Amino acid sequence: MEARNIKLEEIIRDENLVYTKTSLMTDKPLSFCPGCGHGVAHRVIMEVVDEMGIQADTIGVAPVGCSVLAYEFMNIDMQQASHGRAPAVATGIKRCWPDKYVFTYQGDGDLAAIGTAETIHACNRGENMAIFFVNNGIYGMTGGQMAPTTLPGMRSSTTPYGRDVALMGNPLKITELVAMLPGTCFVARHTVHTPLAVRKFKKAVRMAFENQKLNKGLSFIEIVSNCNSGWKMTPVQANKWMEENMLPYFPPGDIKVNGEMVSKTAKSE
Amino acid sequence: MAKIKGAIVIDIEKCKGCELCLVACPTDVIRMEKKVNGKGYHFAYMEQPDNCTGCANCAVVCPDGVITVYRKKFED
Amino acid sequence: MGEKKLMKGNEAFAEAAIRAGCDAYFGYPITPQSEVMEYLAAQRPHLRTGMVLLQAESEIAAINMVYGAAGTGKKVMTSSSSPGISLKQEGISYLAGSQLPCLILNVMRGGPGLGTIQPSQSDYFQATKGGGHGDYRMIVLAPASVQEMADFVRLGFELAFKYRNPVIMLSDGIIGQMMEKVELFDQMPRLTEFDQQWATTGKTTDRERNVITSLDLDPARHERHNLKLQEKYRKMSENEVRFESIECNDAEYLFVAYGSSARICQKSVKIARARGIRAGLIRPITLFPFPSEEIDRMAGKLKGILTVELSAGQMIEDVRLAVEGKVKVALHSRMGGMVPSPEEVFDALLKSFSI
Repeated sequence: MEARNIKLEEIIRDENLVYTKTSLMTDKPLSFCPGCGHGVAHRVIMEVVDEMGIQADTIGVAPVGCSVLAYEFMNIDMQQASHGRAPAVATGIKRCWPDKYVFTYQGDGDLAAIGTAETIHACNRGENMAIFFVNNGIYGMTGGQMAPTTLPGMRSSTTPYGRDVALMGNPLKITELVAMLPGTCFVARHTVHTPLAVRKFKKAVRMAFENQKLNKGLSFIEIVSNCNSGWKMTPVQANKWMEENMLPYFPPGDIKVNGEMVSKTAKSE
Repeated sequence: MAKIKGAIVIDIEKCKGCELCLVACPTDVIRMEKKVNGKGYHFAYMEQPDNCTGCANCAVVCPDGVITVYRKKFED
Repeated sequence: MGEKKLMKGNEAFAEAAIRAGCDAYFGYPITPQSEVMEYLAAQRPHLRTGMVLLQAESEIAAINMVYGAAGTGKKVMTSSSSPGISLKQEGISYLAGSQLPCLILNVMRGGPGLGTIQPSQSDYFQATKGGGHGDYRMIVLAPASVQEMADFVRLGFELAFKYRNPVIMLSDGIIGQMMEKVELFDQMPRLTEFDQQWATTGKTTDRERNVITSLDLDPARHERHNLKLQEKYRKMSENEVRFESIECNDAEYLFVAYGSSARICQKSVKIARARGIRAGLIRPITLFPFPSEEIDRMAGKLKGILTVELSAGQMIEDVRLAVEGKVKVALHSRMGGMVPSPEEVFDALLKSFSI
């Protein structure tokens, strides 16, 4: 095979570049654990902002939780919100800048426990913004406590014998819940653990920003992700565990597109 | 016959050794280095560069965005 | 001069908000301040000036909308009453920590807990000593008339932007609900086209990104941030003390009271003077910064100070700190929505100092 004679220097040239980290991610090393899905989710959102050329018109809201420092990594104007209140903060921004693109980036504890009211009401008002919701079934930053999305029987530092739904309630499918509200125009669930999943997620992110341009209402994208540190697994094991346990309960796919419910059960594609 | 050849460049100091790129690679290009970087992580490297097609799957799943991908078409 | 109207304090505040060029109001109903949002809604401020008006799902959401909107560099405000202001405290702490300007009105009612919907002044500590978590202060303006309910909106915004800090208007159910003649200032422009250098206006290539945050995990840097805040509060203390002094020149006895209590004490001064007792009144207009120097300056000539508060006695601590024991400081206190008459306050003066 003649290809063996091709030297790397012939390939590694600017004109042959097919993928590199977007300049809308800063050069600061990410504060996330190795293999954490937050990094991919951050980067994909910034790739879309980059490709749409809307850096100067985009304002992000960072939550409390593992992604509290999102503003250190996303090279756009951002505001850090108190725990759970990102949709209210984003509402304030969007109402003052109706022509700008506004998004929140939140985890499951932030969005689906302490911030449930703000989430539901921002969705119900149909605020013209995007909510990116990373669900890893655990409170990562505080050390792996039970989250509203912790699976039945799943162990966490506050459910060391597994989540007993009789005592602690059921995991909250808030994404299906907000899909019921007339204010949401686009609701979908994605993952970022395989190349195909990341590419699908990116298309959804693009749609969430395009919807804002058209004043269509609120776009809500859940990203089911791993928390390998919290789950006490390697990143590769955690992704496998996620596929086998999280995804049956939180199946990926579109739930609502252009204001129409496309999946009542949100079954996997 | 035209041949597509790829190559990746890894920012080894920012690599956290999570191995997700290794799993994502369809052509078995990547391995983890026995040595560690400044932060103590075993970092990814191209063990079989000849196999690389420049599909960018590794870079797409890399949480830390440390992989840059190049691809070139070579004619016979 | 400006237009004259007969208005409720809460309405005057709302009308002044539109006229002050406020960009956005976020609120939640609570007695006795619900007229603020009702008046705004009836005025359709989006048609008059383009001002945003939004009824939030809670006080917590409202203050966080204020926080987000204030981050865009615009003139924003909220209003509530005591229990609602308690709910807003975390958000207010974030606003102070992130150095964002905004105006917050508290039309105080009695507490603790759900308390009463009747007027009170029992949120003095909360307003002047910080309220939420962390070391922060806000300028606290205490209106004592419907006129001041209007005028302090403009002043409040000026001070909020001068120091990039939340400003509180500490009013009460009496001032909010009572009707008086008010002369309204003319319409001022909104900040819409005014680009604040620090605000979330969208990152352009010619500047670094703007981040609104109160978080800093580096202890040394965070201490420097706190020292900077403290320096700002020191400057406020130096420059922004406001008070009214009534019949103080020859006073032997001094009332210290703010807001509706000061209105009552004005009458008590007259009663005292008619009886040959040389009484005066210091009415702090800013509760933070407190007019400590003025009270201390007078202390040497006084036989006694009576603070009059619709609380168990909160401001009295600042008065005592100001005079450092130079003169006896007594308290006349009513709570639970009870309001003293001028005669009752005069009697309290006689009793407190055995006149």
